Amino acid sequence: MRKAFYERMAAIALANPDVNFLTGNLGYKFFDEIRAKCPAQFLDVGVAEQNMIGLAAGMALCGKSVYCYSIIPFLTLRACEQVRVDVCYHNLPVKLVGMGAGFTYGQEGFTHFGIEDLAVMRAMPGMTVVVPDTIENAVRVAELSVNHKGPLYIRLGRAGIHGAGNKSTLKAIGKAVLLRQGKDCALIAIGNMVAVAEQVAESLSVKGIKATVINMHTLKPLDEAAVRACAGKYQFIFSLEEHSVQGGLGSAVAEVLAESGFSGKFERIGIPEKLDRVIGDADYLWAHYGLSPAKVTTRLMKTIRGKCRADQI
Amino acid sequence: MPENVNSLKNHAKIAAQVRCDVLDMICRTKGPHIGPCYSCVDLLVSLYFGGMKVSPGALTDPERDRFIFSKGHASPALYAVLHRRGFLTSAAISGFAVNGGTLQQHPDYDVKQGIEVSSGSLGHGLSIGAGMAYALKKDRSPARVFVLISDGELAEGSTWEAILFAGHHKLDNLTLIVDYNRMYALGPAKETLDLDPLADKFKAFNWGARIIDGHSFKDINKALAALPFSKGKPSLIGAETLKGKGVSFMENELSWHYSCPDEKERTCACRELKGGEHK
Repeated sequence: MRKAFYERMAAIALANPDVNFLTGNLGYKFFDEIRAKCPAQFLDVGVAEQNMIGLAAGMALCGKSVYCYSIIPFLTLRACEQVRVDVCYHNLPVKLVGMGAGFTYGQEGFTHFGIEDLAVMRAMPGMTVVVPDTIENAVRVAELSVNHKGPLYIRLGRAGIHGAGNKSTLKAIGKAVLLRQGKDCALIAIGNMVAVAEQVAESLSVKGIKATVINMHTLKPLDEAAVRACAGKYQFIFSLEEHSVQGGLGSAVAEVLAESGFSGKFERIGIPEKLDRVIGDADYLWAHYGLSPAKVTTRLMKTIRGKCRADQI
Repeated sequence: MPENVNSLKNHAKIAAQVRCDVLDMICRTKGPHIGPCYSCVDLLVSLYFGGMKVSPGALTDPERDRFIFSKGHASPALYAVLHRRGFLTSAAISGFAVNGGTLQQHPDYDVKQGIEVSSGSLGHGLSIGAGMAYALKKDRSPARVFVLISDGELAEGSTWEAILFAGHHKLDNLTLIVDYNRMYALGPAKETLDLDPLADKFKAFNWGARIIDGHSFKDINKALAALPFSKGKPSLIGAETLKGKGVSFMENELSWHYSCPDEKERTCACRELKGGEHK
């Protein structure tokens, strides 16, 4: 996903000399094309994320469009206050490209997990938050980002996993994509979990439950109309994200549902606040924390069947 | 600008007026930070009256020098100088830090008022300035970037990230002015985090560096005229100053980082400052 994103960005940079790429000494090989084609537009600032964001703000104040790259926690948390003041408060065209959504970095452990970034970036004034789910959609986000006004956070992770990727569905930032239409429940998913939602929907259909799947690729501004439409149609709504259940997609959807008077059952599928000291790759951790398609299917079945049985009594 | 405006005598006169303006603003709003304001007044006056290529008639000129006032808590000093230089109206100044007013206690970016960047959180200014200097150099602009920080901001790691970056990238269009009053918010630098030897630290990071008397217009103007100190290197002006400079009972007194003068103190301060106008 990252590779495709930066290949597209290289072509974009070639056509736009004011586009600049900063990295905090990360992204080995991913910038090769940009460095080869437009070396003056690339800058490795060293392992100094706070300075990187300040530099980007200063460059943007002088008319540049600046992309900043690092691993998610270093980009969004280490330099959080620079993002808040230097970039967001000044409403500058600085694009933050974070790598390592959720458990992408698996065995590397807690320091490298991107599990609070959506909550934090969502709280930033004027920040747009986009999470592509497939390689094709990451490329699409690269294209859309160039003319985006103001701060933008692009969250990258694994893509095309479990055979559900390879789709170009994303048309515009802020407009959710309906991937599958059902009548019994709605799965609102973001990023890596879109592919999981599609697999879960497939499994549920075998059990006679028809699920709608929505790719909510833009967390902010949230497509509230799409959420409200779900509130009016479904008894069961689930949010799926590879992120803490606090402050991310689940919270954003819950806010809209609460204000829309939704009276059905809503559950957030995501990562718990307290992690176990478990070591493993992303798939292993997904299974452990209940994010794998099988675990999610079981949980949803339990919720839907349990509620239906209770209603019958 | 009248021709004699950049003379030493005129600088002293403007600085005395600015200190009076600051006194008014702070007493009117019962605000803090008169000490940090007074330590950088003379630096600001030199910068805005001759040191930098800035003008209220060329607010958005791409070739204007850029100024970042990183020690945002001393904003009354900046506002008063911007006022005396014609960037801010009297009405703007009288709306300082009041409900529904015009200017808050930490500067808010508004290029139309000569304020390039919002500040208030310490340790941000130099990175932004380095980014500007880097972009301007890329565009072969003659514009220069000046960043004024408090010495306390040298305790922020982000400042040192930017110092390392600017030296490495040979940003000789960037000047950092440290308001080196050696008095932090809770006590003397010597007892908290000693910065000496300051110039040597910067030289080790590939900067040109000079330590000057930050209250001598002769010294300040000379330093500003000599920029960059070394071709291919960013410049540090370590301006040795006194917190509270200009009012005898405030000078180097920690309490004036926070205290607002009462009526009696205000009268005394005013008398001393007015005396300064005629020096």
